[in-house]
Amino acid sequence: MAGRLRQRVRSLWATLRSPSVHFSLGFLTLGGFIAGIIFWGGFNTALEATNTERFCVSCHEMYDNVFEELKPTIHYTNRSGVRATCPDCHVPHDWTDKIARKMQASKEVWGKIFGTISTRERFLDQRLRLAQHEWARLKANDSLECRNCHNYDYMDFTRQSPRAGAIHERWLGSGERTCIDCHKGIAHGLPDMAGVPQG
Amino acid sequence: MRALLRIAVVLALLSGAFVLSAQDPESSAPAPAPTEYRSLDALRRGAPLEVEPPAPPMARVENRDLRRQRGWPEQPPTIPHAIDGYQVTTHANRCMVCHSRAGAEQFQAPMVSVTHFMDRDGQVLAQVSPRRYFCNQCHVVQTDAPALVGNEFLDVDAVISRQRER
Ligand code: HEC
Ligand code: HEC
Ligand code: HEC
Repeated sequence: MAGRLRQRVRSLWATLRSPSVHFSLGFLTLGGFIAGIIFWGGFNTALEATNTERFCVSCHEMYDNVFEELKPTIHYTNRSGVRATCPDCHVPHDWTDKIARKMQASKEVWGKIFGTISTRERFLDQRLRLAQHEWARLKANDSLECRNCHNYDYMDFTRQSPRAGAIHERWLGSGERTCIDCHKGIAHGLPDMAGVPQG
Repeated sequence: MRALLRIAVVLALLSGAFVLSAQDPESSAPAPAPTEYRSLDALRRGAPLEVEPPAPPMARVENRDLRRQRGWPEQPPTIPHAIDGYQVTTHANRCMVCHSRAGAEQFQAPMVSVTHFMDRDGQVLAQVSPRRYFCNQCHVVQTDAPALVGNEFLDVDAVISRQRER
């Protein structure tokens, strides 16, 4: 059994190593190049398609819970009409981090299949755990997703409320705190916060 | 069978008479003259019923962080800032992020007074008493909406100095 398998592998290896008989080197190089572009493009297009709010809320778990709660907040409607969508806050921009997050998200697909949060009650039971993942992620990357839109350097404290300006200057300017330390629950209802530091 | 039918007829006649007598005896009287309708009602704002009044501009919440004077010593202070999106639920109380004993220093916010730690027997608890949990029951924001009615409130200092003058 093992002997036969080894023989097969060896003959496959021989085929791969032998030069092409029918196709020119130019064709193979160019063809490989083009196929690469197509696959790569297709991969990224598929990736981008999952990176839209429409995709996120196509599951009722997201639509009924977190999306409904996002709607009355400032990141859904506001004076200036600039919006933050789910991936703006939840998916990193640069490519490696995005892929890492997407691989994590494959686990969430299991959650969907097994109905881990398929009802409001189940969702609320899991909410603290889910929120803690996001807080940990944003704490670790110094609230990078917030900072993609909100830049401390361009905050005009005279335009902020006095307490916001003073607090940002003291804690954000010194780098002792990051956005998510103080702004939990900015987009969704909060889980049970007993024992969770919020400042 | 016939007896039943007779009872039914009598009942029908009786109820007909009742319906007639229940009608407004003055239904033929002339309608009262229209009077101007005024009220504090925020929806109609004194407009007659058949007119749709234009919506007034929406009031803005004052967000200046300047404490206001209290009308009397026990008055719950009004909130000197906007509280949009602050969650006060069974899960979280965002007011207490800053106004708790532990948060007051970091955010330079006034700590809730000791009365908030007391239960109804005056016993001081370790944390804010459940009956004080919902901040907005007593503390409210202020807007720039014009006052609907005048008010002649005098604070206690004014009352005392008036009495002295007399
Ligand atoms: C896609 C861009 C974007 C991202 C990402 C984003 N925001 Fe915002 N944020 C906005 C806009 C736009 C406004 C509203 C500006 C306005 O019109 O007042 C806003 C407003 C706010 C406000 C003001 C709330 C109020 O009531 O005045 C806070 C606080 C805030 N964001 C925090 C955050 C935090 C924390 C994060 C990260 C978890 C974040 N934002 C991520 C764009 C963004
Ligand atoms: C030490 C706590 C703290 C940190 C850290 C912090 N904020 Fe704030 N922020 C506040 C407080 C308190 C307010 C005023 C009250 C409110 O609206 O919640 C505020 C208000 C704001 C506002 C509204 C400004 C206004 O005039 O109302 C924005 C926008 C905002 N924060 C964005 C951010 C962003 C983005 C970060 C991270 C780069 C950040 N904050 C980090 C405490 C903090
Ligand atoms: C302004 C940034 C922002 C936007 C926009 C946003 N979220 Fe969130 N989301 C957060 C933060 C921050 C948390 C961490 C928990 C918290 O603080 O409420 C979170 C938590 C979550 C959680 C974990 C459960 C929970 O509620 O804590 C889910 C699921 C979620 N978001 C899904 C979404 C979806 C779906 C959308 C789009 C409809 C969305 N989010 C839009 C910032 C955002």
